Amino acid sequence: MGSRSSHAAVIPDADSIRRETGFSQASLLRLHHRFRALDRNKKGYLSRMDLQQIGALAVNPLGDRIIESFFPDGSQQVDFPGFVRVLAHFRPVEDEDTETQDPKKPEPLNSRRNKLHYAFQLYDLDGDGKISRHEMLQVLRLMVGVQVTEEQLENIADRTVQEADEDGDGAVSFVEFTKSLEKMDVEQKMSIRILK
Amino acid sequence: MWGLGSRGPGRGLLLALALGGLARAGGVEMKPGDAHGESGGFQVVTFKWAHVQDPYVIALWILVASVAKIGFHLSHKVTSVVPESALLIVLGLVLGGIVWAADHIASFTLTPTVFFFYLLPPIVLDAGYFMPNRLFFGNLGTILLYAVVGTVWNAATTGLSLYGVFLSGLMGDLKIGLLDFLLFGSLIAAVDPVAVLAVFEEVHVNEVLFIIVFGESLLNDAVTVVLYNVFESFVALGGDNVTGVDCVKGIVSFFVVSLGGTLVGVVFAFLLSLVTRFTKHVRIIEPGFVFVISYLSYLTSEMLSLSAILAITFCGICCQKYVKANISEQSATTVRYTMKMLASGAETIIFMFLGISAVNPFIWTWNTAFVLLTLVFISVYRAIGVVLQTWLLNRYRMVQLEPIDQVVLSYGGLRGAVAFALVVLLDGEKVKEKNLFVSTTIIVVFFTVIFQGLTIKPLVQWLKVKRSEHREPRLNEKLHGRAFDHILSAIEDISGQIGHNYLRDKWSHFDRKFLSRVLMRRSAQKSRDRILNVFHELNLKDAISYVAEGERRGSLAFIRSPSTDNMVNVDFTPRSSTVEASVSYLLRENVSAVCLDMQSLEQRRRSIRDAEDMVTHHTLQQYLYKPRQEYKHLYSRHELTPTEDEKQDREIFHRTMRKRLESFKSTKLGLNQNKKAAKMYKRERAQKRRNSSIPNGKLPMENPVQNFTIKEKDLELSDTEEHPNYDEEMSGGIEFLASVTKDTASDSPAGDTGSDTPLTGRSSPRHGPPAAAAAAPEKPLIPARLQRPRAPSPVPPAPAPTQNPESAAAAPAEPPEREPGAGPTPGAGPGPGPERRGLPSAHARSAAARRVHSRRSFQRPRARRRPALLKLASLPPSCHAPPHALEQEETPL
Repeated sequence: MGSRSSHAAVIPDADSIRRETGFSQASLLRLHHRFRALDRNKKGYLSRMDLQQIGALAVNPLGDRIIESFFPDGSQQVDFPGFVRVLAHFRPVEDEDTETQDPKKPEPLNSRRNKLHYAFQLYDLDGDGKISRHEMLQVLRLMVGVQVTEEQLENIADRTVQEADEDGDGAVSFVEFTKSLEKMDVEQKMSIRILK
Repeated sequence: MWGLGSRGPGRGLLLALALGGLARAGGVEMKPGDAHGESGGFQVVTFKWAHVQDPYVIALWILVASVAKIGFHLSHKVTSVVPESALLIVLGLVLGGIVWAADHIASFTLTPTVFFFYLLPPIVLDAGYFMPNRLFFGNLGTILLYAVVGTVWNAATTGLSLYGVFLSGLMGDLKIGLLDFLLFGSLIAAVDPVAVLAVFEEVHVNEVLFIIVFGESLLNDAVTVVLYNVFESFVALGGDNVTGVDCVKGIVSFFVVSLGGTLVGVVFAFLLSLVTRFTKHVRIIEPGFVFVISYLSYLTSEMLSLSAILAITFCGICCQKYVKANISEQSATTVRYTMKMLASGAETIIFMFLGISAVNPFIWTWNTAFVLLTLVFISVYRAIGVVLQTWLLNRYRMVQLEPIDQVVLSYGGLRGAVAFALVVLLDGEKVKEKNLFVSTTIIVVFFTVIFQGLTIKPLVQWLKVKRSEHREPRLNEKLHGRAFDHILSAIEDISGQIGHNYLRDKWSHFDRKFLSRVLMRRSAQKSRDRILNVFHELNLKDAISYVAEGERRGSLAFIRSPSTDNMVNVDFTPRSSTVEASVSYLLRENVSAVCLDMQSLEQRRRSIRDAEDMVTHHTLQQYLYKPRQEYKHLYSRHELTPTEDEKQDREIFHRTMRKRLESFKSTKLGLNQNKKAAKMYKRERAQKRRNSSIPNGKLPMENPVQNFTIKEKDLELSDTEEHPNYDEEMSGGIEFLASVTKDTASDSPAGDTGSDTPLTGRSSPRHGPPAAAAAAPEKPLIPARLQRPRAPSPVPPAPAPTQNPESAAAAPAEPPEREPGAGPTPGAGPGPGPERRGLPSAHARSAAARRVHSRRSFQRPRARRRPALLKLASLPPSCHAPPHALEQEETPL
């Protein structure tokens, strides 16, 4: 698909993207390359179809939800900055990210909070800021093999919600979600090394 | 192994060390024995100490060490502060002192032969056999760097610096050259696996840190061996005669020794796996193979002067998977315990004898500058080396090694018995200052094991190093953690990067395709199809918690009784405290109030909650889809044999495609897609059929739901006309149920209605007598199978008892699949649409509705029939309310 260098300068707003996402020049180039590879009709944006072409995603239980996360608010296309912005959640946390914490600047996309929030919104389908028992059940249903009976699933969903639910409203808010995972090394688990 | 050894090559040395002390101790008794022996005539009783002396002494020492271990652990306070290894060394010193006082000969020392042939192998084998492979190979790069570069660095810098200081004259006059210093550096450089294990096992640092230090200590053996051999031969040659060729040879020999050792290990692992495949009829000696063949790998590579430690380590690492799959459960337990026992025993003896060996004035040559500088250099250079290497590594590692980790890494560089054995092995003729080296090594070992061992725990606490946690992860963590894995692999796919798991995936593909076929029993291969295993386990757990529940109540009567319903009759003594708690608990859990016997239910639930939690965790553990990384070979979809993973793929694939189809449909994507869809459905149906033919197989929950929704919708319309009676009759019961459940139902969030649980059948007759009464004419009561609220019951009871007459009649014609006519393809139905899918009511069917459907046995689809019925018996208590509430709304339809 075209030589890499010839398109190097083509990335629009490369600098502002880099500032926002924290990607290195090289990563950005690589991702842009990938972006164009996925964009099969050279339309300059990706549609759901484009992402659904990725074979491995079809066997990823959460694949569709993740694809969906690239299209916020029901939009039909995602441009390169949007594409990169989602991926930026998975950039490993580096020291400079935490050190150069400017209170005025928005939190970097790859902060723990944002990583968690990305995961949270995969669960929270209706976007009400809470994972209801039903939403939990849906995710579980996606992630668990058919050998598990529906009762077991519900049982698990119930327990999971209860375990995290602190205010007793039968749903998991983002705060509760964060809390239930506070022991987990999210920074590490939700990072991809090559996305530096 | 030790006992055996005394008859082997180690015999002489062992004899020598064993003889001295006890011979003297037993000397008094021996005389009369001998005297009698000579007096002629037949002796009824003879005292032949000399005859049993060696094994006797060995056994006594082992006993002493073991008893000492008991002693240490009598006081928890002591062992929590002082590492056992340090205690053992001190004990050794004391015992050595006693023996010395009695004897004035250092008769017991840790000889290299005994150490390398009999004490070290079990420890290393244990390490390899129980190696967390994934963690190990995941950090292999780091480990190798530390093990190879780090050790060379340590050896070189320590040796050279000492030499430099020596040249400055600070050490006084020593008959020692550069090569001697390098030789000493190389033997003192290596971090010791025994010491590291002993200390770090008590510290519980996080697993990454542990595996790095530990892995390094195992793998640096090759480096140590090579350096040691090279410099030893150089020393023998004399400094002037060493040529460049020799140096090159040394480097080459490093690769030969390390790779050769690894290869020997792998080959023997292969052999071992192969052998255990055929031990079906000699189960009793199965465990023996594991030990003997691993030990042979050690000896073989020792024979070929390759790295023996690497050989046995990799033998353990490589065989563990196949051996564990092949040998019987009992044998596996035996292997596990024997290995731990041998390793732990060997470790105990090593440390004790290290202490004893130190009590020997003849080996002590003191040189303050040399000793102190050695201590300083090994610590400082280790730290520098770690920092440099970590700096390099952190550029490539995703899990960064923080400064704190580096401190622990540096500080954890314990030296131990390997160094001691190597230094003792030196030839005093060639290495003039052997005694100085020996005493320095002893000091170093004691210092690192005792001082650093003592202080590392407080240090780790003080630095707040991430500790390993042994708690079972909570459900949320487990679930979300798995979700994160999936997310990650999806993002990896989207961003088009080949993950770092590529190699592992290739390997596991190779393993599955070839290795496992050759090395695993057919039954073992099959049982990796985990379904049966898991059901078995779940059943076992069910049974255990069931019995435990009975025991807790002090009576097992209910178990003997023919009907499990009897459980209800067990006399519960209500405790006021639990009543209150249980009520709030109930509310919190949104448990339906249909259960009038709250007390009993509650009690039961609480007591089995743990077990249930376990089962839940277990279920999740087993059935959560594995992230792609763990089974990349899924890409080979050409393979026809449905492996577990492929099944998983197919499931997810179907699910995904169906969902997509819906959206395609809604965006009117043309006919092609529909054709594709139809094809897919065919496949899926085939799969369903396959699934349902498995006795325990549940239908894919997700699959039928969609279509079912549609069907039921139009069904309901007609049904209400055709069978108004049913609805009327039912409504009484339903209303009652609804009113009973109203409280909790209103509490439950809207989403709750999504529960796909046909519970009426079970909950009403059992828990709520009035409800049962209302429903009685209508429904043959369903005997509640287990009164327990319900750990997921793996084996669904036969559907028969739960079926009402209609459905029983319908049963024969019950392929769990739609009739072609009635089952609209997704394209044809009145568009369930994605939004419909999310709607909970799609899944929720009341018993009434179901019954109605079952009437229309042939024309009507019964896609969900079987699973629904199967489920009746194993219901979670917590989802009773919603369906009824829902039903009320829906019946008017």
